[in-house]
Amino acid sequence: MAKSRVDERYDTDQRLTRLVYAYLATSAVWLLLGTLVGSYLSLKFIWPDLGVAPALSFGRLRPVHVNLVFWGFASPGMLGLALWVVPRTCRTALASHRLAWIALALINLSVLAGALQLLSGITNGAGEFREFTWPVMGLFAIALVLLTITLYRTIAQRATRELYISNWYILAALLWTITLVVIAYVPWIQSGLADTVVQGYYMHQGVGMWFTPMSLGLAYYFLPKLLNKPIYSYSLGVLAFWTQLLFYTMIGGHHFVFSPTPWLLQTVAIVFSVGMLVPVVAGTGNFLLTMRGSTRSFARSYSLPFILIGVVLYFVGSTQGTLEALRSLNELWHFTDFTVGHAHLTMYGFVAFLIWGGVYALVPRLSGREPSHGAIGLHFWLSVVGLTVYVGALSIGGTLRGLSWLSGAPFIESVQLMAPFWLGRAVGGGLMLASHVVFAWNLWQMRPATVREVQAVTDVVALEAHVA
Amino acid sequence: MRLDFHEDHRLLFGTVLAGFVALSVVVAVAPAAWLQRAVPPTPGSRPLTALEQRGLDVYLSEGCVYCHTQQVRPLAQDTTRYGRASIAGDYARLRPTGPFHPTPRVLGTERTGPDLSNIAARQPSAVWHYLHLYQPRAVVQGSVMPSFPWLFEVRDSASAGDSAITVPAPYAPTGGVVVPRESARALVAYLLALRSASLPSSSSAPASGVVRETAAPVATPTSTDDGSAWREQGAKVYASNCAACHQPLGTGLPGTFPPLAGDAMVTAADPTRHIETVLFGASGSTIGGVRYTSPMPAWGATLSDADIAAVINHERSSWGNRAPLVSAADVATIRAQGGRRAQ
Repeated sequence: MAKSRVDERYDTDQRLTRLVYAYLATSAVWLLLGTLVGSYLSLKFIWPDLGVAPALSFGRLRPVHVNLVFWGFASPGMLGLALWVVPRTCRTALASHRLAWIALALINLSVLAGALQLLSGITNGAGEFREFTWPVMGLFAIALVLLTITLYRTIAQRATRELYISNWYILAALLWTITLVVIAYVPWIQSGLADTVVQGYYMHQGVGMWFTPMSLGLAYYFLPKLLNKPIYSYSLGVLAFWTQLLFYTMIGGHHFVFSPTPWLLQTVAIVFSVGMLVPVVAGTGNFLLTMRGSTRSFARSYSLPFILIGVVLYFVGSTQGTLEALRSLNELWHFTDFTVGHAHLTMYGFVAFLIWGGVYALVPRLSGREPSHGAIGLHFWLSVVGLTVYVGALSIGGTLRGLSWLSGAPFIESVQLMAPFWLGRAVGGGLMLASHVVFAWNLWQMRPATVREVQAVTDVVALEAHVA
Repeated sequence: MRLDFHEDHRLLFGTVLAGFVALSVVVAVAPAAWLQRAVPPTPGSRPLTALEQRGLDVYLSEGCVYCHTQQVRPLAQDTTRYGRASIAGDYARLRPTGPFHPTPRVLGTERTGPDLSNIAARQPSAVWHYLHLYQPRAVVQGSVMPSFPWLFEVRDSASAGDSAITVPAPYAPTGGVVVPRESARALVAYLLALRSASLPSSSSAPASGVVRETAAPVATPTSTDDGSAWREQGAKVYASNCAACHQPLGTGLPGTFPPLAGDAMVTAADPTRHIETVLFGASGSTIGGVRYTSPMPAWGATLSDADIAAVINHERSSWGNRAPLVSAADVATIRAQGGRRAQ
């Protein structure tokens, strides 16, 4: 069925449109750079002697890839949408544009400085997602504080009595992440195995208390909005919110199952990982039940399919995380490429798809410019097929590798058996990269009119009125 | 005042923040602070020297930690390969050394390459490490590890005090010699410091940890069997422990690691020296007129008699070698005679 055009145009002041678009545009630039690096790295598993130079080596570019995608793409992507969703649901204006612009500048500055540091071998001890040195991460944290102030003030001056659930998730994510960064970077608990406990906590909360609640908060806005009906159950959303806070905070240790971190801490992490099924089932169920009976809307919308994939892969990825935390399956999968597949299933399949769904839902309604439906379809299918190939290859290869280790075969055999799966990853990654080029093109097609263009249109209207 | 999360944003976000901080203290801050205070370094371990500490910095800068773990799990698949399971004390000496010098995070989360907790025991040869860093595929066929040529420099000729490394022909630069820079020397010094300190409970195993258990308890040829049991075991032990230097086909690397195919000691009718060399190691041997400076580890520390017999028989019957085989009992006898280092 042909996708229908967006004929609705939000009456938003140009300032907010430009602010939101600036967040989304920088996010798209970092996405292109970040996945270019990722695709290049995937080729190194096929040709290990490709590009031999310090700044082109795997050990330095791997954290560049992860941090560009985390802090450069997904963070401003979600924040750009949130800067629109929060004032909209509060029926008020954004409290401060100035602070939001400063925050965007700080985010870009910290991602750029952090990437350059990593390229030159300067790292905060090489802990995943915690590679930016403290001055760089400090800039990022200041940006989050500025945005928290802006959004909190917006919420405080809302015109509605009740606070819509999206705002719960969005502002909570900001508060949690600022706390997280402070705890991860304070110098008093960084020696020996203490650092590993903090790292386990941080690396998982970075995903669970930042990306997850932010994306869910956005989904709680865009899904009912696009379907033109209320969310299935508000109470389920609230239940998922509190259980997310209670359970997710406790599970960081599951990245260090069987490590010398305290056994009790690992067991707590495993128990709460199972507990995570509660918010995941509540959240996904809520979304799916909202979607029920709306097949036609899906067929006619180009943004809803992105949101559907995001919701489904939120469930699949989170369930996979629970399974991987169980000691028996952890023994098989831990340390293998299975984990890399899992990370992409969640960060990409869940977070990136929801961001895209939001972008395609929002930007045409802000700018009045719509990209070609064929190009949106191309973006969708390239990323869906790319991700499937990517995750499929690494999940199968990772499982075989785990079995090889269990069988006691020489280690090098487990490296050689990965060859076809690493090739599969490179192919899948290449398709994902191609889809991002299409996305960047689409975003450019949706760009808002410049001040001069708006002025020109106004002049013409005025002139016509004068002539008439 | 009514407590209503839906309407009172102060209450809602105050609870959200306080709840998260409280849970974070329970699950991260308090356990971390306790671990930091309560866990002393493993007895028998030593602090890193200045050069080794510098090597750890290189290890972090180059991102070695993304492909190599330093945590041996208490699981058979790990302990049979890498030695005793890691304990908290093994990391107690890791600490920040300045405001811009954060804690080295070495435990890792992925094993694209093997665990390095005890690499110095498995691979004590500095020469091997230099060659492996310069070009991994020169020593390990099929390795996907990046090469790190910028840790080395190519000079016209080695001057006094340089320790040039012998690079096999396909990977050698067209002219000059390859000399490790200070960064490579530091990194290799660090790698050679990675040796699990032995624990009191495993004192029966000499030097470096747990004696490996074999899958087949008696993998030794007898007059009646066809040898299939030890054959498989021998090939496996060889691939895991010996092939990195002596190469999968026993060819060795010219000038760096001696060949085993056609080697006089391996093909000798009397296996005593062969068994001694595997059990107790060797260093500075001259074989076929070539002097090898790279030391051979003492495998008696980590391999059982049955495994050593199996691997010796693998060497004595492969690649054209046709020498008489040995039994685990032969190995046990020579082990009992004690550690005369083979010359």
